[in-house]
Amino acid sequence: MGKYILQRLTLMLVTFFIITFACFALIRMLPLPVLDPGDVHGQIAQLRREAMGYNKPIIEQFVIFMKGLFTRWDWGVSDKLYLGQDVWKLFVDKLPPTMLTNLYSILFAIPVGIILGIIAALKKNSGLDHFISTSTMVFISVPSFVYASLVQYFLCFKLGWFPLIMKTGTNYFTKDMFLSMIPAVFSLSFGVIAGFTRTTRAELTEVLTSEFMLLARTKGLTKGQATVRHALRNCMVVILPAIFGDFIGIMSGSLIIEQIFSIPGVGKLYLNSINAPDYPLFLLLSCFYLAVGLLAGLIVDISYGFIDPRIRVGSKK
Amino acid sequence: MAEKNMMIPAEKFTFVQKDAVIKDKKLETKARSYMADAWIRFKKNKSSVVAAIILLILVLYAFIVPLVSPYKVADKDPDKRYVSFPPFVRSVADQNRGILDGAVQITSINEVGYQRLLAMGEETSMNPVIRITGMTTTQEKQRGKMVDVHFYSLEVNAYYQIGIVYRVLSYNEYERIQAWQKETGIQVIYPWVESKDIKNIEDPNIWYKVSDNKGTAKLDKQGNRVPAYSSNAAIEGAPYDSIRVPSDDGSYIYSIHKSGAVQVRMNYYNYTIFVTGHHPDHLFGVTSKCEDLMTAIGVGARFSLVFAICVSLINLTIGAVYGAIQGYYGGYVDLILDRISDILSGLPFTVCVVLFQYHMAGTKFGVIGAFLLAFVVTGWIGMAHLTRRQFYRFKGQEYILAARTLGASDKRLIFKHIFPNAIGSIITSCALVIPSVISSETSLTYLGIVNVSREFGASLGDLLSTGQTFCQKYPFALFFPALYFSLLLISFNLFGNGLRDAFNPSNRGLED
Repeated sequence: MGKYILQRLTLMLVTFFIITFACFALIRMLPLPVLDPGDVHGQIAQLRREAMGYNKPIIEQFVIFMKGLFTRWDWGVSDKLYLGQDVWKLFVDKLPPTMLTNLYSILFAIPVGIILGIIAALKKNSGLDHFISTSTMVFISVPSFVYASLVQYFLCFKLGWFPLIMKTGTNYFTKDMFLSMIPAVFSLSFGVIAGFTRTTRAELTEVLTSEFMLLARTKGLTKGQATVRHALRNCMVVILPAIFGDFIGIMSGSLIIEQIFSIPGVGKLYLNSINAPDYPLFLLLSCFYLAVGLLAGLIVDISYGFIDPRIRVGSKK
Repeated sequence: MAEKNMMIPAEKFTFVQKDAVIKDKKLETKARSYMADAWIRFKKNKSSVVAAIILLILVLYAFIVPLVSPYKVADKDPDKRYVSFPPFVRSVADQNRGILDGAVQITSINEVGYQRLLAMGEETSMNPVIRITGMTTTQEKQRGKMVDVHFYSLEVNAYYQIGIVYRVLSYNEYERIQAWQKETGIQVIYPWVESKDIKNIEDPNIWYKVSDNKGTAKLDKQGNRVPAYSSNAAIEGAPYDSIRVPSDDGSYIYSIHKSGAVQVRMNYYNYTIFVTGHHPDHLFGVTSKCEDLMTAIGVGARFSLVFAICVSLINLTIGAVYGAIQGYYGGYVDLILDRISDILSGLPFTVCVVLFQYHMAGTKFGVIGAFLLAFVVTGWIGMAHLTRRQFYRFKGQEYILAARTLGASDKRLIFKHIFPNAIGSIITSCALVIPSVISSETSLTYLGIVNVSREFGASLGDLLSTGQTFCQKYPFALFFPALYFSLLLISFNLFGNGLRDAFNPSNRGLED
């Protein structure tokens, strides 16, 4: 197992560096806006660019960048959106709203999703199951921004239960703030609920028909005991890694949902940095998304090994 | 030569069992091909069949509506006044059924404003007021005594509400409109009203005598409005010889001089008929960019569908070849190719799209070319995995060994023996790739990261995002694109699932 983790970790790091380098090179190859040499800000920007290594070969620039990164954790400064500010600080400031909305949404969505999946599997082929499966199908097919718009229109505008957009400010733990996050949390949840419902239902229906369930019943367990102790535990092999993956994913957030509900989070920052364009900010956030994606994948794969003994044995070959 | 010598003459062969009785009976059932079997299984799945029908309708919509619609997506009304107007069809609106009547809500309209709307209806015979939805009365002090002041909430026809507008016409156009009026009997140009006759109000919709500069109508003894049309021939722009209003005794003037042209009061609704040749009927309403929503959805959906199919085909080809090489050769080749695809699959899709847009949107590839390439960079990986798995499944089987023993080349084994077996599952997975491409393409156009509309006229993402921005005021602008888009994705997914189950007998009963 240790060797396997090490292997995966190395691969992940290699992947991270290759893609970061590719992104870095592609960004540095883009033409920069022309500066006004008479202007003080222009002169400062020109000096900063020279310090960053522009006009030198890409490899050399990358070395300078990496050196700054490892010695001072220096990701550069924003050159358009937030002129001269440290992009890392900007990014860290935007993390809490994103993480909170995502955290709320998965804390709400995962239990609901699993419970719905269990209900659907236990009552297979009943009206309830058809209803749950159909809605799951709908929510998986349709991207979140469609129903986010509908949530905003009906819950926030027509019924007026929640504010239209998230409250501004940095007091993230007040009641008003929580209330203003709910529409976004809702919109984020639908997809997660649908995903968990589908996985749970598919796994559980398969496990419920297997022979060891019959054995469990014949040895005297009630249906409830057999389901909870045997069937559900087997389902967890698939569900738990997905939960771990989602918990890593809370950092990344959703570009669209943050846009619709004006959440001052990472997604919004990313979108702004793309449209500006603000290259240092874009580079940092791209690396961040890359890291989150890779990490989530790694955690999911490794947790499979920890949870499922069959996979653990397989990895030793 | 040696081979020829080894040949055995045909007549030396005899059948061993020539006269023997063959005991086993031939199968009496009809043989059923793979396709026929899949078709039967697909038909059994009712939801997939329904989805397939809906999908067909939606696809036909996307390809037919832009062709048959009287509007092109770039068509706008002459002055771009129809901004986010609700659904309206003249023939239905006149029946007063409460649908397709172009209704918008307006509030806080005072008595004078309300009378003005009614007067517009009187002059143009297109009454903008559909119904009064509410009225508030407040007391206000006027000239020392308290009077009731009414404020109305109204539902008005947005298209009729524009009423009369001022417009400067060239002599030529002025003549053409007159000729057209005679021909069709639809009146565009209305008699001129001098603003000095109506207390210097600059409002083209006030055509009656007023008693103050707020526009309160001065009524005659029967309680009717009195026309304030000008008959001052000194300021007449050009002679008028066409339909006249009923009250006209031939002295009213219909235009005034305006720097080498004429200025007229014209009925904007009828003018759009003159310009476009048809009523401004918009079944789904008008977008915030004055486009016909129905056509725009069609054009956007057509782009999405064609784009998604192109992406899927390219990815299918690359993925199949890559996966085939991986799966067939195995060993180090597989390991190296697998690492390459592993690394590529780590690349976040948004980053990839943005980088391609930055670099290539301005070059000859254009926005759409760059977008397509971004999809191709990582899109083929899933297909490669699938093909690789299929190859591992088939390459160890006996018939491959047999073919190899007979001297078949690698190329022949891959393309003639293994690939046809794997093709079923590859193609059906394509049916599920298309909706996912549509969905991510739309997300990116929605966010405005990729601007497809500029090159292609419209995109579903743009329609959805503008619809979302204005959804509180104009819910229809969100509703129609969202409905189309959701139905498209749901039916595509259901259809794809049905197809996958139908082509994969071992999957039967497991999938929902």
